Amino acid sequence: MKESVISKLKVLAESAKYDVSCASSGTTRRGKDGHIGSATGWGICHSFTADGRCVSLLKIMLTNHCIYDCAYCINRRSNDVPRATFTPDELVELTLEFYRRNYIEGLFLSSGVIRDPDYTMERMVKVVRELRTTHRYNGYIHMKSIPGASEGLVREAGLYADRLSVNIEIPREENLKMLAPDKDHASVYQPMRYIHQGFLESTEDRKKFRKAPKWAPAGQSTQMIVGATPETDNEILRLSTKLYNVQGMKRVYFSAFVPVNSYDRRLPMLGSPPLVRENRLYQADWLMRFYGFGAGEIVDDAYPNLDLEIDPKLAWALRHPEKFPVDLNRADYEMILRVPGIGVKSAQLIVAARRHSRITGATLKKIGVVLKKAQYFITCGEISEGIAPKNGIIGDLHPDLVRKVLTQKRPTSRRAQSPDQTTLIFPD
Amino acid sequence: MTVFNYDSTFEGLLTAIFDAYSRRQFPDVLLPSPDCVSPSHPAHNAFGSVSSPSLPLFSDEIHNVLTDSAKSGRVWRALLKKLPKEVCNMLFYGWLSEESGVDMMLFRYIRRVFDEPATTSSVATDFSDPDILRVKQLALKVSHECEHIRQFTRFQKGGDAPGNDTTTGPADSYGAGATYFAPVSPRYNALPLAIGYFRDRFRDQRWLIYDIKRRYGFYYDLKEVTEVTMEDDAHLVAGKLDEAMMAADEKLFQDLWRTYFHSMAIAERINPKLQRQHMPKRFWALLTELQ
Ligand code: SF4
Repeated sequence: MKESVISKLKVLAESAKYDVSCASSGTTRRGKDGHIGSATGWGICHSFTADGRCVSLLKIMLTNHCIYDCAYCINRRSNDVPRATFTPDELVELTLEFYRRNYIEGLFLSSGVIRDPDYTMERMVKVVRELRTTHRYNGYIHMKSIPGASEGLVREAGLYADRLSVNIEIPREENLKMLAPDKDHASVYQPMRYIHQGFLESTEDRKKFRKAPKWAPAGQSTQMIVGATPETDNEILRLSTKLYNVQGMKRVYFSAFVPVNSYDRRLPMLGSPPLVRENRLYQADWLMRFYGFGAGEIVDDAYPNLDLEIDPKLAWALRHPEKFPVDLNRADYEMILRVPGIGVKSAQLIVAARRHSRITGATLKKIGVVLKKAQYFITCGEISEGIAPKNGIIGDLHPDLVRKVLTQKRPTSRRAQSPDQTTLIFPD
Repeated sequence: MTVFNYDSTFEGLLTAIFDAYSRRQFPDVLLPSPDCVSPSHPAHNAFGSVSSPSLPLFSDEIHNVLTDSAKSGRVWRALLKKLPKEVCNMLFYGWLSEESGVDMMLFRYIRRVFDEPATTSSVATDFSDPDILRVKQLALKVSHECEHIRQFTRFQKGGDAPGNDTTTGPADSYGAGATYFAPVSPRYNALPLAIGYFRDRFRDQRWLIYDIKRRYGFYYDLKEVTEVTMEDDAHLVAGKLDEAMMAADEKLFQDLWRTYFHSMAIAERINPKLQRQHMPKRFWALLTELQ
């Protein structure tokens, strides 16, 4: 491999980094003798960049030349940026040499559109085919499907890739067309349908013949840019629910809009990317996938946007004081899970521990349940000592007061933390 | 006061339990003792670096436990009958924490398991018992450290030294067959737990992963993994392979990786606190991308 690859790598990594999905999860595949690689199922983060994001896959573009002109994209045709193109073989070698050093979990391959969608897709498929066949690579592969590529190529890609994705980018079609004149929802949904069909067919086949090949076993994902256009959180969460249900999406990512082309008047002027909103959307998505919440419980027409000041679970609890306090000695697991500040782990510990003896404030401290938020929402039946805060629990307290207490910042912590920097990705 | 001397290995601990039940005599104190170290149990498993505490002044009885895999195996199988497999593994994870006093903690824990009549609820969730709670906490820390090893271990490719024959490997895949070296320095003795991952994933390349703190490691020769200690481990302890030992293209790939890593950060989102929270500073010295 030549030194000149360094400058290509720099250009093509810079171009790929705004795609936020990085997960290498969804496939569990043991290693094979004579092959290199495995997939762990949960996905490993091998490093963290200075912005605190996980580096799991080699996230890279085959080329950043593009015939399209999407307003939100750094690689749009009309931008004067350095351009580069990898040969498929260079990318194969780079992936393997990185993988062998335990730098990465695998490859996340995307590309600008050169000549036409099929021509581009063919070159991408060549990379993943070479990896899987000639080089017996058994690690994770996530490949972007180019909007407008033909079904045959999508089908071939799914034979080699673990996950395929097409980014929807802008939730409302009229807004997408305004910012990306070469795209519309049909060009995005069409490949999504190919992927979903391929996945379903292979699942069916494997029920009949155990040896039938797996096809994109980690399913598909997509991404929406948040804050480039005026859609509400209500619209965003409803669309993502639909994508999970109808297209069999495994993951919907949200990407806070980074104004890379600030000269374009169609885009809003933002001081900094809306990271808090992005974080709240992930929390809401998390509540919907793992905590049994429906989109309508989190946002609705009356409250179309997520509260930026408090997490969506706390917001729900404060809107529903009638559901609290929750008695930790009696309540179902599902209800304990709805208590602000109590996550899956704590809820499981509580249910396990109460089989031995009654839960008291002391038990909770001992098993490490953090009470800062939870204390306002729980009792332990008649004995509540050590749990309820001095002034009582919700029911005695007005929700507005609880909100005020929980959002009060100690003066020292305010200085240490700038308001846009979130450290918590998921609510407990 | 009853004292059991043992070789400070997990097998030794299980043997001590076997002995205690067959002698109907239970120790108040477990002491690591050089008399009990058998050649088949190298010292890294022991509290090798911890100076052994001096013998209590008034001891009624001292028993020397001689580690015996038949006895320890019987105790382990008995545990597997009484406890779910994950809980048994948790006991071993707790052991690998190397926390001082963890041996006695595990001893009391295991005694409770054997002495209590089988009930519907497992002993393992009785967190009002401080031993049970502490072992669980330690096991969790060790398993996090194991995940950190899987995340942050970095291999360096060795050159064509003798014994580093690249022709026997499946050579048509880039980088196959060569030998890769990785120094690690985990907080707990968690490397053995991570070996399964490396063995499964890196099958067509040779590798050596070496714990530079405890001075032992594991070597994979394309067939099996063996535990190794090295007379001369200076080049690994330094954290970086000597240039003479590196493969010709190793430096290039290190540069490529550093370039990639730095290009991925988004300036508008810089958040060093979050970075350190996920990737604690203590790992940075051995991370290629941060060197
Ligand atoms: S098609 Fe993709 S690479 Fe090309 S301008 Fe649009 S978003 Fe950017």
